[in-house]
Amino acid sequence: MGRRNLYGKVAICGIGESTYYKHGQSPDPEFVLALRAILKAAEDAGINAREIDGFASYSNDRNDPSRLAAALGINDLKFANMHWGGGGGGVAAAVANAAAAIAVGFADCVVVFRALAQGQFRRFGEALPDPTVSGEAAFLSPYGVMSPAQKYAVKATRFMHEHDISRSTLRAIAQASYHHAQTNPRALMKGRPLSGEKYDESRWIVEPVNRLFDCCQENDGAAAVILVSAERARDLRQKPAYLLGAAQGSDHRCAATVMNGTNVASSSFTTVAERLYEATGLKPTDVDVVQSYENFTTGVLMALIEHGFCAPEDANDFFTLQNLSAGSGRLPLNTSGGNLAECYMHGMGLQLEAVRQIRGESCNQVAEANISMNIAGPMVSPVSSLIMGSEETLT
Amino acid sequence: MTSNTYLPAGMPIPVPAADGLDAPYWEAARRSELVVQRCGACGSWQWGPEWLCHRCHSFDMRWEKVSGEGVIYSWERPWHPVHSSLKAVGPYTVVLVELPDAGNIRMIGNLLGPKDQDVKIGRSVKAVYEPHEAADPPYTLVQWVSS
Repeated sequence: MGRRNLYGKVAICGIGESTYYKHGQSPDPEFVLALRAILKAAEDAGINAREIDGFASYSNDRNDPSRLAAALGINDLKFANMHWGGGGGGVAAAVANAAAAIAVGFADCVVVFRALAQGQFRRFGEALPDPTVSGEAAFLSPYGVMSPAQKYAVKATRFMHEHDISRSTLRAIAQASYHHAQTNPRALMKGRPLSGEKYDESRWIVEPVNRLFDCCQENDGAAAVILVSAERARDLRQKPAYLLGAAQGSDHRCAATVMNGTNVASSSFTTVAERLYEATGLKPTDVDVVQSYENFTTGVLMALIEHGFCAPEDANDFFTLQNLSAGSGRLPLNTSGGNLAECYMHGMGLQLEAVRQIRGESCNQVAEANISMNIAGPMVSPVSSLIMGSEETLT
Repeated sequence: MTSNTYLPAGMPIPVPAADGLDAPYWEAARRSELVVQRCGACGSWQWGPEWLCHRCHSFDMRWEKVSGEGVIYSWERPWHPVHSSLKAVGPYTVVLVELPDAGNIRMIGNLLGPKDQDVKIGRSVKAVYEPHEAADPPYTLVQWVSS
């Protein structure tokens, strides 16, 4: 297979995050969290933050790149990019957009960041207080379908019905995140392991697919990655994590309102995953480790299946805690604890973890991890995913 | 407090979109009728509402009355309340219904009846109309019952 688009041209040279907090508990305003993560990523890369000449983010991040550039004293802002779409579907696309800007010469050093202070602003999991609703919400909210958990459960219920998939798959995905968080000092759920019994006894959020532990946390914090050209990255102090390819989008009429997308029982990745493999010339069996955005475990289940890691009819055997764990598993998954158990930084934390795996610095390091996949927030539109590789993958 | 609606008063009130796109739907519901979009040029059914036919790109989108016979395509039962009006309600049932005689378009609604009733994908349902006269402005929801 051939290689298209970005293969090996751009690398992530720095990663940084603020302290992660429970929602509402950050002592800093959201803008300060963003600055802290960006400065830490620059320090990690060994560059002066004034070298940053581009910003990319997603999901309508509130921290304006021009204000950031002014605050950081950046001389020449060359690229300011917001990826359309709500939810965490755009996190891999934001990294890809930054990489594309570098590859074509719009900018030389682009930071991708996400900052959230849900205490300063609003929580995702609560309904808006508006007395009236219009547009798509008018066809959902009056029936009690308001939160992301409520909006997406029908997709997963149908998918699991069609393929006769057991809820044990969801338990394994939740347990993998909690298992990996136990060795991660950044993880908010460190010290709070999740046994099968504890999972099974947890309350329903949305029956029949979302128990409490199937749902992401809501947190305050920020995380950032810095990208430069492959040539520049080789001169910096960290082992580069090269971007091998990325894809974004969604399939036929995916976002048609009130669940009228053609393929509604889906994580939205069917066409995107195909393009990701086409862009990189790689196949699922080449991938050493995966970080897959858990808004809900159901989204991970569908996203991994739609990325070809297992056929739907094999899911009940494939999705086990052992199989998804670093050290023992065929597909080590969410090795930092992810959105469920490290921190819900809207998927940005999972990008940092994908880089750590390439560097060999994860708390749950996968041996000889050369190919590291990141799958952004599933079930929304557009979604995105990417593959990073080590120096060994460039030959 | 007793209520003749499935979910209590105080839920978000649906109003037509500011650009008028879905106004005919909400007006028909007030008359206890279910209307959905159908293309005047190619006959395609379309839902949710949009100004353009996704199949032939005609702007001649019309509103056609349908029987209200449906099939449960998927379902869910939210337990965790995310709205103040739902705090004391407990779990309630939501169905995603396909309309076979309208091009298999899908609609969300509640499955009326006991809130903990058994729900099966593939079961037949029928549209019923649930007026909320005390709301300001008043509105009518299309709801679903087993048929």
